[in-house]
Amino acid sequence: MDWPGRSAAGQGFCSCHVCGLVSKLEQDDLAARCPRCTTRLHFRKPDSLHRCWAFLIAAYILYIPANLMIMMETGTLISYRKDTILSGVIHLWHNGNPGIAVIVFIASILVPLFKLVVLTLLLVSVRRGSTWGIKHRILLYRIVELVGRWSMLDIFVVTLLAALVQIQSFATVRAGTGAIAFGAVVVLTMFAAMEFDPRLMWDPLRKEREL
Amino acid sequence: MPAPHTTLIACPECDLLLREIPLPPGRSACCHCCGATLYRNLPDSVNRSLALTLAAAILYLIANSFPILGINLQGNGNAVTLLQAVHDLWNQDMPLVSSLTFVTAIFVPALELCLMLYLLLPLYRGHLLPGTSQVMRLLQVIKPWGMIEVFMLGILVSLVKLVQDFKIIPGVALWSFGGLTLLLAALASSFNPRDVWSHLDVKQRREGV
Repeated sequence: MDWPGRSAAGQGFCSCHVCGLVSKLEQDDLAARCPRCTTRLHFRKPDSLHRCWAFLIAAYILYIPANLMIMMETGTLISYRKDTILSGVIHLWHNGNPGIAVIVFIASILVPLFKLVVLTLLLVSVRRGSTWGIKHRILLYRIVELVGRWSMLDIFVVTLLAALVQIQSFATVRAGTGAIAFGAVVVLTMFAAMEFDPRLMWDPLRKEREL
Repeated sequence: MPAPHTTLIACPECDLLLREIPLPPGRSACCHCCGATLYRNLPDSVNRSLALTLAAAILYLIANSFPILGINLQGNGNAVTLLQAVHDLWNQDMPLVSSLTFVTAIFVPALELCLMLYLLLPLYRGHLLPGTSQVMRLLQVIKPWGMIEVFMLGILVSLVKLVQDFKIIPGVALWSFGGLTLLLAALASSFNPRDVWSHLDVKQRREGV
């Protein structure tokens, strides 16, 4: 790890998060606005850690019903099924669609869990002023930002199937209450990732070098 | 009033303070500390982005006016457009899930295309309409919530789930959504926000703000 250079904030410079213009800012005052696009300026996202924790804890709570409650009810002439996320994936796997089962497993089970664990890890590392493994933590943060949206996959599948499969007395599909909790988890983890300020991970590293 | 520094940039991911350098066409500048992409020099960005936005807007209208999929079982069938699907789910007492699909697959992509046209049409003629910086801010806020590409994957997964029990009739909108996914990806990689900001700088200097 080479010397990470001096931060803009450490030299009194503040970049606008909308247009990127760098301005000289004496102190972090709430009234300062970007001279070009009038967005409020701040050295770091305000209350980043508190807001991120709040969204994350809400997501953790809803993660339980999202996985335990029914996502989709499927009724045909010969069978009636109630599927949670996991049982839906297993059903897909056994019905000769291992490829699709893997995609749904990654998007609906792996990605949400990965986001919860990684965001918790990042928040704890920032709280403790950790300087360890910055490259890995930055990589994890970028992956979370990149893959978060793909969890919405199951919501779209439920919407399409519930609307399409409405053939009188032959076949019906209904969305279950689990879909609400699951959608909420996806939205909350996306908000949590947006509130996290990656620059906070670099600050302890630079403080250490400057001493 | 904060004093602007036009030659400096700060990395959005690690806050390293850097001096801006001119780039050859087609190249991008990366932060040497954390590797984040700082800015790109995209040749002919306004023309390309406008062409892609117009094409995407046409495909968007087609994708939302025609059925995505139809299914058939022993002579009984059903076909839905995206809007009908959202409406049906709403009527099945699932307003939250239905709203989520509406916002991410219908509303945000439409808003994004409208805002892009608001920016690019005047920019093509070399000027800007009032409220440009607000539009840019709004675009940045809504960007993560437009999920056409995820919806496209959702269509494909639904297709595979249905194909065992039903006869599938692919609709016009299925292909339109496929095309729209590609166009929006191309648009994201051809649009350069810095063009808009530099035009705004020129405009503000001219007006003496």
